[in-house]
Amino acid sequence: MSSSDPTGRKAVAAVWRIESARITGALTRYTGDFALAEDLAQEALAEALVTWPREGVPANPAGWLLTVGRRRAIDAFRRRGTRDAKYAALAHHLPEGGALTGATDPGPAPDDVLWDPDRIDDDTLALMFTSCHPVLSAEAGVALTLRVIGGLTSDEIARAFLVPTATVQARITRAKKTLGAAGVPFEVPPAAQRPARLAQVLSVVYLIFTEGSSATSGDEVLRLDLAGEAQRLARVLTRLMPGEPEVWSLLALLELTAARFPARRGPGGETVLLQDQDRRRWDRSAIARGRAALAKAARAGRGYGYYGLQAAIAECHAVARSVEDTDWDRVVALYDGLARLAPSPVVDLNRAVAVSMARGPAAALPIVDALADTAAFKGSHQLPGVRGELLRRLGRAEEARAELERAVALCGNERERAVLARKLAQLETPAH
Amino acid sequence: MKFMLIWRVTSDEAWGNLGEVDFDAMLETVGRFNEEMINAGVLLAAEGLAPAEEGVVVDFSSEPPVVTDGPYGETKELFNGFYLINVPTLEDAVEWAKRTPMSAAGFKTEVRRVTTVDEFPQDNEWIKKERAWRESTGQL
Repeated sequence: MSSSDPTGRKAVAAVWRIESARITGALTRYTGDFALAEDLAQEALAEALVTWPREGVPANPAGWLLTVGRRRAIDAFRRRGTRDAKYAALAHHLPEGGALTGATDPGPAPDDVLWDPDRIDDDTLALMFTSCHPVLSAEAGVALTLRVIGGLTSDEIARAFLVPTATVQARITRAKKTLGAAGVPFEVPPAAQRPARLAQVLSVVYLIFTEGSSATSGDEVLRLDLAGEAQRLARVLTRLMPGEPEVWSLLALLELTAARFPARRGPGGETVLLQDQDRRRWDRSAIARGRAALAKAARAGRGYGYYGLQAAIAECHAVARSVEDTDWDRVVALYDGLARLAPSPVVDLNRAVAVSMARGPAAALPIVDALADTAAFKGSHQLPGVRGELLRRLGRAEEARAELERAVALCGNERERAVLARKLAQLETPAH
Repeated sequence: MKFMLIWRVTSDEAWGNLGEVDFDAMLETVGRFNEEMINAGVLLAAEGLAPAEEGVVVDFSSEPPVVTDGPYGETKELFNGFYLINVPTLEDAVEWAKRTPMSAAGFKTEVRRVTTVDEFPQDNEWIKKERAWRESTGQL
C-alpha cells in the first residue's frame, strides 16, 4: 500500500491486469470449461480484493490467485457433482484442494500441474480466439476480451463504454452462455479456420482501439486507456503469432494512429483535423514503432492486407512534414487497393479526398457525386461534408454553403459538428 | 503513461554478491524478465550501463567543478540501468518493478513517471526547438 493507493485495491487491480489471462487460461485448462474458469477467476480476484489490502500482496500473487481459483473449482465440482456424475468424477480426480483437504488458507505457491510455462502462450492465444469467437456479437467479444485478456473489471469496462455495470455483466454472462451452447472448444483454431478466426480477433482489438480513440463522448482519459490497452493486446498478439503479417499490420496501424493523439485537440478541447494538426506534437517514438511493425508485415512478402493497407496510408501521413509534402499519389494507390480488398462507400469517400489532394478537387467531385445515392450515406453528414469542402476549393461558394449547412444539420457528433460549423463560418468571411 | 524503472545496487555487499553470480545464469534471469515484459506488451526500451569504474563524475561542489574518475561517491548513489515501460497506472509500474530480477537486500528499483511534451508550455521557444530535434531524430 502506498499514499496513492491507501486501500490497496489499485495494487490488486494492477496485479490482475498482468495475471488475468494466465489465471483464466490455466483454470480453463484445469476445468475444461471456459465459462466456469472465468467465474472462478473472478471469485479469486474478489477474494484478493478482500485479503490483500489487509494482509499485503503475497510474494507469489499469481500462485495465490491460482490456488484460490482451483479450490473454488473443486467446490464447484462437488456442488455440481451432486447433480452430475461427470463433475463428481472430475472432483475426485483432481489433485488436493480446499474442498478435499479442508484447508482454508490458500497458502504459498501451488503446483506445477497448473502452471506449465510452455502452455501459457497457447492458453493466452486460445483465450483470445475464444473471447473473439464469431458466434459472439462484436460488443460481447469486446467486453469478454477486455475482462479476460485485459484484466479490466466490469466497472472499468462499463465506465469506458458509458453503460451501466449490470449491462456489461449481462453481456459477459450471455456471451459465456452462447459459447457454451455453441460447444466452442478451448483451442487455437486449426489451420483451415485460422484466417477467418484471426480476422475476427483483429477486428475486436481494432474495435477496442477505435472505441478508445473516438471522440464521441465519455471520459476522455479512460477512453485513451482503452486505446492503450488495444495497443498492448496487439503487441501481445505479435508475440503469440509472429508469422502473421496482418497482426503486425494491425499493431502498425494502432501505433501510427495513436502517434497523432497528442495533436488532435486544440487548446479549448476542439477537434483538430489531420490537415490542421501541429505535426511536431506527434509521438515520434510511436511512429518509429509503427513503421518497424509495418516493415515486419511487408517482409512476409504477401503484400498488404486490410490492416496493412490502412497502416501504409497512416505511414504516408506520419512521414510527411506537411499536408503538401504528403505522397498523395501513393495514398490514392493504397486506397485503390483497399477498395478492391474491402469495398465500402466509406473507403470510396476517403479515396475521393485523397484524389482531391493528388489531382485537385475537380477530379474528385465526380467520384463523390457517384456516391450520392449510396444507402450507407443516407442521413449521414459525411458526404455533404466532403462535397462542401470540394466545392469550396473549386470556388463554388454558394453550393459549398448549401452542402456544409446540410452536413452541420445532419452531424450528431458535437465535436465534428463544431469543425463543420467552423468551415461554414470561414466560407462566409471573405478570404483576404 | 510511461514509467522508467531504474535499477540500483545500493550497498557494497550487494554489489559484491552480484560479482559472484554466474554470468550465463544472470543473462537467463534478466532475459526471462525482459521477455515477460515484451510478451505482456508493456516494454518500450531498456538499457544497461557499463560499470561505474569506467565512469567519470563532474562535481559542482566547488568552483570550478572537479572532474573525478570512477568509481566515485557512495555505492548507494549509483544506478545501473533502466527499463522504459508503458502501463496505465503507477500501480502497474510498481508491480513490474517488484518483479525485477537479481533482487536481494541492497538492490532497489526506483519507479519514475516520464513526463510528456504536453506538460511544457508549447509556445516556449526552447520547447519548440527540442520538439524539432526529437522529430528529426525519431527520439522518444
